Amino acid sequence: MDKLYSALIVGNGALAMGMDVSMYFTFWGLQRLKKGGLEKGPLSKMHMLGLGKWMIKKRMKQANVASLERLMNDYKELGGKILACEMTMEIMGVKADELRSEWIDEYGAVGTYINEARDAQITLFI
Amino acid sequence: MAEIEIDTRGETCPVPLVECRKALRKAESGDEVTILGTHPASKKEIPMACKALGLEIIDIKEDDKEWKIKIRK
Repeated sequence: MDKLYSALIVGNGALAMGMDVSMYFTFWGLQRLKKGGLEKGPLSKMHMLGLGKWMIKKRMKQANVASLERLMNDYKELGGKILACEMTMEIMGVKADELRSEWIDEYGAVGTYINEARDAQITLFI
Repeated sequence: MAEIEIDTRGETCPVPLVECRKALRKAESGDEVTILGTHPASKKEIPMACKALGLEIIDIKEDDKEWKIKIRK
């Protein structure tokens, strides 16, 4: 959950400042692109069987932090691209119709990622 | 020329910046976009974004709690 927040906040910030943005979703990240999967991710640290996530979510609500769904919709509205890893789909048995296809611009492998990243000014592995 | 106002009071990072960009994308050249907010970092970052986008800030107003930035597209 926290990693997806980081990715979407950085991505939205870059779009808002006039940059082009692509995000490549692989392995656990790809699970978040499943239908109903966006908000399901655990905290990357201190998850504590969900207690940590519950506490952080409570604090985020108090601070009026936007939901992941809203950040994703803004990301797409501002022209952000999403690439889904085909090998992860194969390994984890994820079918294309299980994913939020309306968000996904391209399905690909490492070459797709490198092709996007090679001329980038900023690349992050989150 | 249209005047567009967006209200992000109470919203936190990255919403004011994102809403500002969304409004600027929809605006026509020459339109004035005013953004209202309370998030402190966005008051500095919206002018940074405008500079990066090559847009002119017409006015910045601020009191204890709120700020108001006017941008010409």
